[in-house]
Amino acid sequence: MSSPRGPKACGGGAVDRQIHVLAVDDSSVDRAVIARLLRSSKYRVTTVDSGKKALELLGLESSELREIPVVIMSSENVPNRINRCLEEGAEDFLLKPVRPSDVARLCNRMR
Amino acid sequence: MVLHISSALTASALHPLLCFCFHNTYPEMENASGLHRQLASMKKNLFDQGYLDEQFYQLEELQDESSPNFVEEVVTLFFRDSSRSMANIDEALQQCPRDFHRLDKFLHRLKGSASSIGAAKMKNECTRLREFCSEENLDGCLRSFQKVKNDHTILRQKLENYLQLLRQVGPVDRASRSGS
Repeated sequence: MSSPRGPKACGGGAVDRQIHVLAVDDSSVDRAVIARLLRSSKYRVTTVDSGKKALELLGLESSELREIPVVIMSSENVPNRINRCLEEGAEDFLLKPVRPSDVARLCNRMR
Repeated sequence: MVLHISSALTASALHPLLCFCFHNTYPEMENASGLHRQLASMKKNLFDQGYLDEQFYQLEELQDESSPNFVEEVVTLFFRDSSRSMANIDEALQQCPRDFHRLDKFLHRLKGSASSIGAAKMKNECTRLREFCSEENLDGCLRSFQKVKNDHTILRQKLENYLQLLRQVGPVDRASRSGS
C-alpha cells in the first residue's frame, strides 16, 4: 500500500459500545465528507490528515494496532491494488467518492 | 367550530401553501416559492451543463438540522484545497525540467476533491490532463490545464450564486431539494 489512508474502527469501551472511527485522509474535502457520512450513521469520528498523525494519536503497540479493523478508501480503481489491500488484511475497500450506501454496508459488517 | 379549526390546522400542516393562506402571509409564501423555483432552476442548469453530478446530490442529502451548513462547508473546503492544488500544478508546469511524476500527484489530489463534491466537468478534464501527463505531453498538459482553470472559475461563480440563494431561502425541506 502506497499510502496509509482509510477509516479505522476501534472497539468501544465496556460502558460505551459506540464505535469510534479514526478517519485518515490528506484531503480536507474527503475528511469532511467521510466524517459527516459516519456521524450520520451514529459513529463517533476523529479525523487526522496523515498516517503518521494517526499512529501518534493511537500511540499503540503494533500488536494492538493489528487488532484495529482497517477500511481503505481510495479514488483509484486499480483491481490488483485493491486485492492487495484485502489480502494484507483490510476489512473492506471503499472507492471514492464514498456514498451513504457504502457506509451502510460497513455498519452491517462491523456489528 | 373547534373541529373546523383543528381540521384546518391539520390540512395546513400537510400543505405549506394552505398554511400560509390561512395565516395571511401569502405574499411571503409567493416570494419564498419564487426563490425555491430559482434555486431549483439554478441547480438544474448546473447539472444539465455538466458542471455537477450525482455526488453533489449526495452532499445535499447529508445536510440536515445537525449539519445545517454542510454543503457550503464542503464547497468552501474544496475551493480552498483546489486553489492550492492549481497553484502547485501551475508551478510544476513552469518548472524546468518538468517533473511529471510530481505533477501527477497534484493532479490526483485535484481530481479526487473534484470528484468528492461532484464537480464533474473539472473531474473529467483532470482525467484528460492526467493522460497528457502520463504521456509527458507538455503541450497537451498546458491546453488541458487551461480548461481546468476555466471550469474552476466558472464553477466557483455558479456555486457562490447558488449558495447565496440557498442561504436566502433558509432551511429547505428535502422534498424540494432532491431531484432536478
